[in-house]
Order: sequence, then C-alpha cells, then structure tokens
Amino acid sequence: MGQDTTSTPLVSIEGLRISLPLGSDRVMAVDGIDLSVKPGKILCIVGESGSGKSMTAHAIMGLVPKPLKVEGAIHFDGHNLADIAPSVHRGIRGSRIGMVFQEPMAALNPVMKVGKQIEEVFRFHNIPGPYDDRIVALLDSMGLPEPELLRHAYPFRLSGGQRQRVMIAMALALDPALLIADEPTTALDVTTQKQILNLLKTAQHERQMSIMLITHDFGVVAEIGDEVAVMQEGRIVERGAVKDVLHDPQHPYTQTLLAAVPDLSPRPAADAEPAPLLSAANVSKTYRTRSGWFTPGREVHAVQNVSLQLGRGETVGVVGESGSGKSTFARIVVRLLTADEGDVRLDGVDANLLDLDTRQLAPLRKRVQMVFQDPFASLNPRRTVFEIVAQGLRAHGVGRREARRRVEELLDLVALDPSAADRYPNAFSGGQRQRIGIARALALEPDVIVADEPVSALDVSIQARVLDLFADIQKRLGIGLLFITHDLRVAAQICDRVIVMRKGEVVEAGTSAQVLFDPQHEYTRLLIDSIPGRGQMPKKHGPATAAAEAMERTRE
Amino acid sequence: MRDFFQRFCENRGALVGLVVLTVIILVAITAPLLSPVDPWRSLGRPLQPPGGEFALGTDMLGRDVLAGILHGARISLWIGILSAVVAALIGVTMGAIAGFFGGWVDDVLVRITEFFQTIPSFIFAILLVAILTPGLTSIVVAIAVVTWPPIARLARAEFMTLRSREFVEAAVLSGVSRPRIILREVLPNAVSPLIVMGSLTVATAILTESALSFLGLGDPNRISWGYMIGAARTVFRHAWWLSVFPGLAIVLTVLAINLVGEGLNDALNPHLKGRRVGVQ
Amino acid sequence: MRHLSYIAGWMVKALAVVLAITILNFFLIRMAPGDPAIVLAGEAGAADEQFLEQVRSDFGLDRPLPIQLAAYVGNVLTLDLGQSYRAQRPVVDMLFERLPATLLLTGSAYLFALLLGPLLGALAATRPRTIFDSLLMVVALFFYATPIFWVGLLLILVFSVQLGWLPPFGMQSMIPVSGAWNQTLDVLRHLILPALTLGLFYIAVYVRLTRASMLETSSLDYVKTARAKGLPEWRVATAHVLRTALLPIITFAGLQAGHLVGGAVVVETVFAWPGIGRLAFDALFQRDYNLLLGVFLLSALMVVFFNMITDILVRLADPRIGSA
Repeated sequence: MGQDTTSTPLVSIEGLRISLPLGSDRVMAVDGIDLSVKPGKILCIVGESGSGKSMTAHAIMGLVPKPLKVEGAIHFDGHNLADIAPSVHRGIRGSRIGMVFQEPMAALNPVMKVGKQIEEVFRFHNIPGPYDDRIVALLDSMGLPEPELLRHAYPFRLSGGQRQRVMIAMALALDPALLIADEPTTALDVTTQKQILNLLKTAQHERQMSIMLITHDFGVVAEIGDEVAVMQEGRIVERGAVKDVLHDPQHPYTQTLLAAVPDLSPRPAADAEPAPLLSAANVSKTYRTRSGWFTPGREVHAVQNVSLQLGRGETVGVVGESGSGKSTFARIVVRLLTADEGDVRLDGVDANLLDLDTRQLAPLRKRVQMVFQDPFASLNPRRTVFEIVAQGLRAHGVGRREARRRVEELLDLVALDPSAADRYPNAFSGGQRQRIGIARALALEPDVIVADEPVSALDVSIQARVLDLFADIQKRLGIGLLFITHDLRVAAQICDRVIVMRKGEVVEAGTSAQVLFDPQHEYTRLLIDSIPGRGQMPKKHGPATAAAEAMERTRE
Repeated sequence: MRDFFQRFCENRGALVGLVVLTVIILVAITAPLLSPVDPWRSLGRPLQPPGGEFALGTDMLGRDVLAGILHGARISLWIGILSAVVAALIGVTMGAIAGFFGGWVDDVLVRITEFFQTIPSFIFAILLVAILTPGLTSIVVAIAVVTWPPIARLARAEFMTLRSREFVEAAVLSGVSRPRIILREVLPNAVSPLIVMGSLTVATAILTESALSFLGLGDPNRISWGYMIGAARTVFRHAWWLSVFPGLAIVLTVLAINLVGEGLNDALNPHLKGRRVGVQ
Repeated sequence: MRHLSYIAGWMVKALAVVLAITILNFFLIRMAPGDPAIVLAGEAGAADEQFLEQVRSDFGLDRPLPIQLAAYVGNVLTLDLGQSYRAQRPVVDMLFERLPATLLLTGSAYLFALLLGPLLGALAATRPRTIFDSLLMVVALFFYATPIFWVGLLLILVFSVQLGWLPPFGMQSMIPVSGAWNQTLDVLRHLILPALTLGLFYIAVYVRLTRASMLETSSLDYVKTARAKGLPEWRVATAHVLRTALLPIITFAGLQAGHLVGGAVVVETVFAWPGIGRLAFDALFQRDYNLLLGVFLLSALMVVFFNMITDILVRLADPRIGSA
C-alpha cells in the first residue's frame, strides 16, 4: 500500500553526511542517510531536536553554514546538489525547489514590503514583468485577504499565519517541483496550524508537486504525510508509508515517539467534590498603551471576567491560544501582576489576595508557587541547583544544614540525583531543568502550584515524563494544580476540569470529558478539530512512560 | 571559568593587547624606579633629537622626553581608570534603578539620561574643567559626567530584560527580598556586558584626558602625554619627537585596552560573537 | 495629522532641552569658586570695574537667584548671549561669524566619512577573514585608538613640513589670491588636512560599526530566506543585509552629527582653522566664559536639531517604528 516503487524519485539522497565542527557533542549532524522523495507525494521527516532533520533540508538547498562539510549525493533534475556549482544551485533554488521556514516572524525581511519580496523571486529568475497581477493572484490563491492592499504592507502588519502564507506564496511563486517545509507550523497556534496544513495539502494537490515536510509532531505526519522517515541522531531509523509506520512501528525509537504523543482521552473526573482551595472570581486586567502628549492611548483587554475554582488535589486546566490571556491570568493569581478587578481567595485566608499589599502578601506567597515555561530562562545560570531550590527556604529563615537536607529530599522527589545540588543549571538537559524548577516550586510546601506551559518547550518524549511527574506529585502531596497550556491533548491527559479562553474571556468551562467530547462553544469545537492527526493516530502501544523513561535516560 | 580563558585566548589580538597593557601598567607602577629624576626638571640642552644622550630627546626646556612618557603613563592610566569607575558607578546605579523599578522612576531617570546625552560632551567637559579649575578631581569629574549616559542605558536595558526573566519571578515568589534579588539574581547576570563597556570606557577616558591636557586643561602639577604634545605644539615642526613619542604611547595604550575589551566581549558574551554554527 | 502632532511633540521636547541647558549654564557659572561676575568677565575683564558693573547688570547678579535665572533665560530666549569682554562684541555675532567655517570643515569630514566608512565596512563584512578584511580592521582599530590632535600633527609633519604639498594651518593663504575660482581652490587646499584628520577617526568608527552590524544581520533568518529564493549573492548583501544593517548606522550618524562641533575644537586648534572650535579654545585661553557658554549653547542646539533629523530619518527608513 502506497509503496510506489515504479516511478522514479524526484530527489534521491545517497549516503549524505554532514560533519559538525570540532568540539560539538557528536561528530556528524547527518550520518550517512539514504532518502528519496517521489513525485507528487508528501514525505515527512520526523525527529526531535538535534536529530539532523533540518540540516538535511538545508543540504538540499545548499544552505548549510560554511564551515560544515557536505558529503554524499543529492540527485535532482540530473544534478548532484551536494556537489554543484553555486551559480547553478542558485538557479534551482526558488524556481525548482522552494523552501518555507519555521519562524514566520523572522523569515521575512522586516523592512521590505511583502509584494516586493515576492517580486524578487520573479525578477531574479529572469521572468519578464509586469509582476503585479501575478503577485496579487498568488496572494489570493494563498487565501490572504485583500491581496491588492496586502502586498503593500510590511511584514509586521501581518499575523503569524498570514506571514506563513506569504512565505508559502513566495516558495510556490515559480511552481517548484519540490517544496521543503521546515517545521512550518511549529510556531503557530493550533487553529492556524490546521489552516496552513490544509493550504499545503491543497497546493500540493493542485500543482502536483512533492513536499518534504520536517516536523517533530507525529500528529502533523498523520494529518498530511504520504510517507515518513524517522530520524534520530543523524540517522534514519525507520521509513515507510505513513499508515504502516503509524500502526505498526518497527523501530523502538519510533515506538517511543508515538507512545509519547498525548492521547485525546480525558482523565476520569474525580468522584467526590474536592475541598475548595483557591477561587478566582471576575478577574479582569486591561493593558493601556501609554498616551503620548499628542497620541491617544490604546486598550487591550488581556483578561476579562475570568472565574474558576480549584480544589485540593485537583488539576484545573486553562487552555487557550496565544493572546488568550491565559498566562496573564496565571501571573495575576500568583500576584506577579496586579489585576484591575476581581477577587482571588485562598482557603484559610480571610481576604481578597488581589487587595493585599506586598507586606501582607509576604507570608502567603509560599502557599502559591509557580512552575515556568522556559526551562532555560527560569533557572539563574549563575547559581547552583542547591541555591536555586533552597532560595525560598533560606528566605524563610531555614538554616543552611536543614535546607541542604530538604533540597536533597526534593531532588529525590523529582527523580534527580542529590549530587545535582552542587552543579549549575547548564549541566542539565531541558527535561532535567524543568524538574529542578518543580523542586523549587515544591520547596515551600505550597498548597497551589500554577504551572505555565511547563512542557511546551520540551521534546515529546520528555513531555510525557514531566507530565507523569506532575500527576505523581499531586497524588502524593494533594496539591491543587492550575495548569496553563495551549495543547488540548495535554490538558485532557492531566486535568480534571478545563476552562477554555479566547481573547481574555472564558468561552467554555467543564470537566475534561465534557469539554472534549461534548463541546458547547464553536471555538472549543474548532480547537478540537484543529488537533493535528485527530482520528488518524493509532491507539497507544505499550506503556508510554516506561518507554519514555528509557529514552530520557539514554539521552542524558 | 576555563571556558572564559579559552575563548579569550582564541582572540590573538586580545592576547597581544593584554601583554602590551600589562607592560604599560608595570611601567606606570615602577616609573619612579625606572626614571628616578623629576620629569619636570631640566636636565640638558633643549631640543636634543632622540638617540643621543637622551634616548627620546629633550624638549624646549631640556626636559627628558622618556622620563615624561614613563611618568605620564601613571596619570593617563590613573585618570582613565578612575573616571571609568566613577562613570560606571553613576551609570550602573541610574540604569539599574530605572530598569528594575520601571514606572515613573524609570521615566524620570531616562529623561535625565537623555538630557545628558544631548549635551555636547567634549565642550561640556572643557567647560567643567575650566570652571572648576584644572586638576585631577575636576578632570575625573568632567570625564565621568560626560561618559556615564551610555553605561546607564546599557545597564537599564539589561536590568529591564532580566527583571522579567522567569528566574527573577521565581525568586519573588519564593519570598526573596528585593535588594537580594537585585544583588544576587540580576546583577551577576548583567555584569559581563557592563565589564566590556567599562573597559572600553577606560580607553575613551584616556583619549578625552589627552585632548583636555593637549588644550592646556590638564592637572598642572602632573605630567601627562596629552600635555607633552600640547606644550610642544609651537615647536613640533622642528622637533618631531616631542609629539610623536607621547602620541605613540597614547595610541598603544588605547589600542591595547580596546583589544582586551574585544577579547573580554568574545569571552564573556559568546552569543554576541559573529555567527555561530549549530545543528538546526 | 499624525505628522503634525509628531512635529509639535518634537518642538516641545527641543524647547525643554534648550531650557534645561540654559538653566545648566546658569548654574555652571555659580558652581565656579568666587564672584560669578568675575568668572563671567574673565581674568582680564575683572580688572575693569566698569565692565564688571555691566556684567552685574546684564546678569542681574545683584538680585535674588530666581530672578537672576528668569532674566538669564529670558535673555537666551531672545538670542541675547551677552558680551565678550575681549572682543567687546555680542557673543551671538561672533558665533554666527565663525559658524560657516566650522560647518565647512566638519561637514566635509562627515560626508567623507559617511560615504567611505559604510562602503569599506560593507566590503569587509562580505569578505570576512580575508586579507582585505583583516587589514582594514587593523587600520580602523588604529585610527579608532588615536587622538585626533596627534593625527593632525602627523599629517602636518608629513604633508606640509616634509613634502610641502599642503598648507599647515589657516583657511586662506596669507597673501590673498585673486578670483573666485582661485579663492575656492585656496580654501579647498587648506581644508584637506583638517578634514582628513577629523574624517579618519569617523571612518574608523563607521567601518567597525557597519561590519559588525552586517555580520550580525547576515545570520538572521530572513537572509536565509533570501538565499532560498535563489537571489544572487550581491542582491542578498545589498537588499537584505545592508539595508537593515544600515539602520543602526543612520541612528549613530545622526547622533554624531550633533557632536561635530565638539570634535572640531581640537582639530581647529591644531590647524588654526577660524571656526567655532578655535573660538572656544581662544575663549578658554582668555578665560572668556561668556563666550564659552555661548559655544556650549550653540553646540547643544545643534545636537537637538540633529537628533530630530535623525529621528525623522530613522522613521522613514524603518517602517516598524512610529506606526505601532
């Protein structure tokens, strides 16, 4: 099925090797891979960060940074792209092969109008003008609104999704035979991701071109791919038709990756009503851009009338896309930000937390702690793990020896070796750093932990492990967990109840099962429909955690 | 720390600069031993060319040029370092307060900084020294007053980004006190770009001091390189050595400091160093 | 409407700065040890009792401080900067008389540097680690570390004293030449050395700045996009790298333009160029503080003016600014 061996491949890569500069953690970025893209098919390359998938794409384009050496053969149109005169390669780029990058915010020239940027493709491949009508038609076919006006806009005026459409328009301007898309939807919200994937599918169908799509997300593969190649540490460990690989993965690495993708199966609701712990009512915050002497200020309603209840031992998810106000809400609850209005109450405190001043708040701070999104920005690089985890204990007057004992306990609790205490954060991987962040949050024995996208910066296999850790700690310590995420799948897996936010407002609230299987609001339905690979992903193989655990151990 | 030295040594220019600078500093410290004579005293026939009795010749009053250069190193370096330190103290304090506290405090301090950047710095320095009467203190004050604004801007930018870093938020939530957060969480992370800037400020300060002394605004009791060139201005067409050697001393010193500063930049802020190669 | 309010905003800001500098001026004089009248009159003027009286009444030194300040600010705002004792002339007249010479010198040095500096820097950035690049960077580093007055003296030693090609000082020959064309040529010959002196330092700054800015820009994602589109290297370098890399250079050049008079003090002193800078040196030498304060105020005005120009240029060059 789907193994079409008769047609000659459009691109065939043989023994491709790319060496890394001396002093890197391994010798080869890409270590002898063979790969081919068939005409009119979509090939997905899947792998986690550092697998060499992106480097492979760059090699085809001839965009590998200078000191790195490319060896092997990349056959395309009768050329060997790994060994070709730069001027010939340039002629192929943009005309026969187009490329789309991950960060639409950074990939467009900020000071050139988008129409001009597209025009360059025509002009420098010697296509005679005039170009205006072609550009407008192209932008229109990408589903961009008012292309006539839009082509005169600078990129900063466009949304992330629109910029990515412009990027795709640029890549497809000359109807290339191959489109390389390097994580084209990773930086986008899930609903936008869905639209862009649809756009790619349609474009591929209409133009009968091939696509090579680089991704870390098996959901995306299931959504769009014909064939898939799985990369790990510069090698291809498995390849085949998408259906075959999804349902019957052969290589253990593929199995772990698949197992780590969160399921859309909600956690069963708690039987009994938990004891109330934290409640927020009608929290609102509006940002005002300051007005100058002659310019009026503007208002953004970041959070509007948000209310929720969190019980002891309960996990409540706050789900939303970027700009939904979910992180602002989280920071208001822990009082890193002030709110304009609202009432936040903590069990046993007879006051609105939002009304307390810094002094009154000080003794309460330790009851509500936070775990942050970015495992790199959330640990001070100049302090040891002991100092980081113990800072709250020390600030609350715990002696050094006692603090040391507690830190070792905490590190043990988050499954890190106690010897980690004397090292600096840079000695640890992203997943380990996130554990240190969790240990820090637990140090003061809080009642509530607010976790702001704690797994979104991690590779899938590590995500699963950190999520399990949260569940485990919660069960043991009976903490109330407020879990902020953009990912419905993650929310379903870990949360008892969920609220869905959009543009500062709550559009839907309920138990995870209710929200996922019986969504009332159309936005919630849109979010669920946008989950990549929904309905195409197979049921889980084997115990996810055990496999992921083995994974993390090997990589650390 | 080992990384730091390795990266610093990778920059050959910085290594050369460090060696030259070390020699100059040693000369400055040991000048009274190397040349025990008073550089102001007339020792021989005026305007002797170099290579004779005096290695670098004598000036129009018969003073030894070499002695002047050796003793001049003291004042040039001392003023350079002192004014950079004073400027850094003002700048970092202003910038740190503005960047960390934000709000109206920031507004006020930014306005003040902007105002000082609008002042034409060299003319302001001249005015200050002239009005305060020339001397070590007035020169250091004048140079510091015109050089702190860029340092304040840098410190403010650093503190502003660091303030909203997640690890600072975590410290706030852990109940760590504000002064402790500034000193232990923020400052150590802001310090490397400030060190680089500080080292370049020393170089600029030395150049400014030399220009002030050249115009006759130096400390009248201490010999300095700029003063030597300025004093010989009327005769320099016949006695080239009077301006060439002290000038070389200035160039060498400033060049060495700049090279060391660039090396520090490479070593302390590796992410700022040109392009780097990585996977993905 | 937006432009109008923008310009109005700038005028208010500029006025505030001028006011602040005027007030600073006022207090500077009072910071000096001794009788402010004597400070203002200068050493020579202080001996002249009649002139001291005139200074006292000009500045209202016999009245309370706030009234003195108000009087001073009022004088400055009506372009009355008082008298220079040595010249026995209004300071304003002397400044305007000297301004053209300074503008000619600093303007030509500045244009020279602005044309050549970024060009050389761009050439170096597109050929990193070649001999050209290394050599240029060494030369730039050298001039960046060199006192301007010393370069001036060396140039005079080489081109005037040794080779005798160019005049060592002044703006015109002692013996007047006839004819407009010859006069222009004469001024140009006098201009070359001082302008070169000032220009070399500025070039060094621009070369380094352009190169660093371009190398930084060339590692950005959209430069990769430009290559992926199949654009030729020269197009990538000009339209995508240089175009954005120039933004910080515009900012810097604009800020520097305002500080040109400061740099002119030393060069005009070395070359006896009859401009504002030389005037400042003479005023300094004769302790003519009133004149010195006038130079200070004028150069501050220039800074404010060029800051405004810069701001407008940057807004024109960078669509992201001012439209958020």
